Amino acid sequence: MNSPILLQPDETFILNVGPQHPATHGVLRVKMEMSGEYIVEAETVIGYIHRMHEKMGELKTYPQFLMNLSRMDYLGALGYSHGHVLLIEKASGIEVPERAEYIRAIMVELNRVASHLFWFGAFVMDLGGFSPLMYALQDREHILDMLEGVTGSRLTYCYFRFGGLYNDVDDDFISAARRFIPRMRKSLKKYHALVTGNIIFRKRLEGIAPLSQEMCRKYGASSAVARGSGINFDVRKNEPYSVYPEFDFDVPVFHECDSLARYNVRMEEIEQSLRIIEQGLDKLPDGPIMPEKKPKLIKPPPGDYYQAVETARGSFGIRLVSDGGKTPYRLKLRSPTYSNMHLFDEACRGMMIMDALAFMGSLDLVIPEIDR
Amino acid sequence: MVTYFSEIYHGLISLFIGMAITFKEFFKPTVTVAYPYETLTMCDRYRGHTELIENEEGKPNCVVCGLCEKACPSGCITLAGEKPEGEKKKVLTTYILDFTRCSLCGSCVESCNFNALTFSKEYNLASTRKEDFIFDLLKRLEERNK
Repeated sequence: MNSPILLQPDETFILNVGPQHPATHGVLRVKMEMSGEYIVEAETVIGYIHRMHEKMGELKTYPQFLMNLSRMDYLGALGYSHGHVLLIEKASGIEVPERAEYIRAIMVELNRVASHLFWFGAFVMDLGGFSPLMYALQDREHILDMLEGVTGSRLTYCYFRFGGLYNDVDDDFISAARRFIPRMRKSLKKYHALVTGNIIFRKRLEGIAPLSQEMCRKYGASSAVARGSGINFDVRKNEPYSVYPEFDFDVPVFHECDSLARYNVRMEEIEQSLRIIEQGLDKLPDGPIMPEKKPKLIKPPPGDYYQAVETARGSFGIRLVSDGGKTPYRLKLRSPTYSNMHLFDEACRGMMIMDALAFMGSLDLVIPEIDR
Repeated sequence: MVTYFSEIYHGLISLFIGMAITFKEFFKPTVTVAYPYETLTMCDRYRGHTELIENEEGKPNCVVCGLCEKACPSGCITLAGEKPEGEKKKVLTTYILDFTRCSLCGSCVESCNFNALTFSKEYNLASTRKEDFIFDLLKRLEERNK
């Protein structure tokens, strides 16, 4: 039998979390220097599923690359495609019919709710509660069924096109979406009673992992990470795009800066997304979903273009440098989780390992989106 | 001291509320399906791998224009055709879909102007051999017509 290793009082050891570990939600590796239960130094190691999306963007034509965007983030795919189509439309001056814009907004918000539901389930599972995941997945399944009925796929949608949409929504979708909203509101109440009020859950998050506004700004954090630290920034409000100015919704901001604040922001965001979907369905105009003159060959004039959108994980930016050719000269993808994740190294110093893993869950990391 | 005990009291209540919710869920109807013994029907717009569409004579609608080959982002389509003597149109001789590289984006179906391609509803695709995913769509069409 092996004899136990005795550490000197000031001796540290290295703990390797991942790359295959359930708590990291993907292939993320965290190298932690530990002093007993406490983290002295942590280093996130990424790049295990790097797929060269930016390079592919330079090699493929614009319509061919459109399919890649939904492969970046498998939980909130539509938000990323939205950014890309908006950018190319801005660059090439393509007019989008109003109906298409409304449908896009409804779809993106549905996708955001689905993404937050999955995060909610996985986050609570990280903290040791299994049943909320099952309830969240059951609700999420309704959204996936709706989206599948329209787009034809459940996760990696290829639904948006330059100038409009792949196909129109039908009455089944509209009635299903209308049925879903009250159902989801009822479920939210259930989640708040089951999880938010739970004493064990609160004790594990309240006052844990405080992130100062300064740190959020330094790392370029966005989404619930920044909004949980009192930074009122949402691209949908601050740099309005698409038809978002038409909708009446609030940006939830919490000032507690802890993990619970980040949780509260996301739960409130689900409610706000439901409000947007409701208004979108009410206002949905009739008309075409593609412009009369379909853009055949996409060749944006030479120049530098940028478009930011608010995805489920934060502010996603996409920059295009065009030389007027069929393929971009350079395509830069600014993924929000990449910035959010890098907070982890600095913020988790001195934290206990279980708190650090709860903190990591509150950041809502999707690894393929970091590596891209 | 008072806050200590009130926290324990409220904490205990919150745990019982949670248990009551999970207990109620226990009596709700089952929503899952015992796959593979039961399966769900795929929706009309489900995007599986592509299939050729035939005309009334059972021949493919394809005119070998090669637009789908050009539209494919991953280069998984290889097709060839020939012009038989005395005929005006080209006739499809091979249509190979390399499904190992296909990401089911549907660009090929969208680019087709001759109503020659459609999505299949097949989703139970699993094999231990790579060759099983190199689909000869022309052969599949012939087998379907048998």
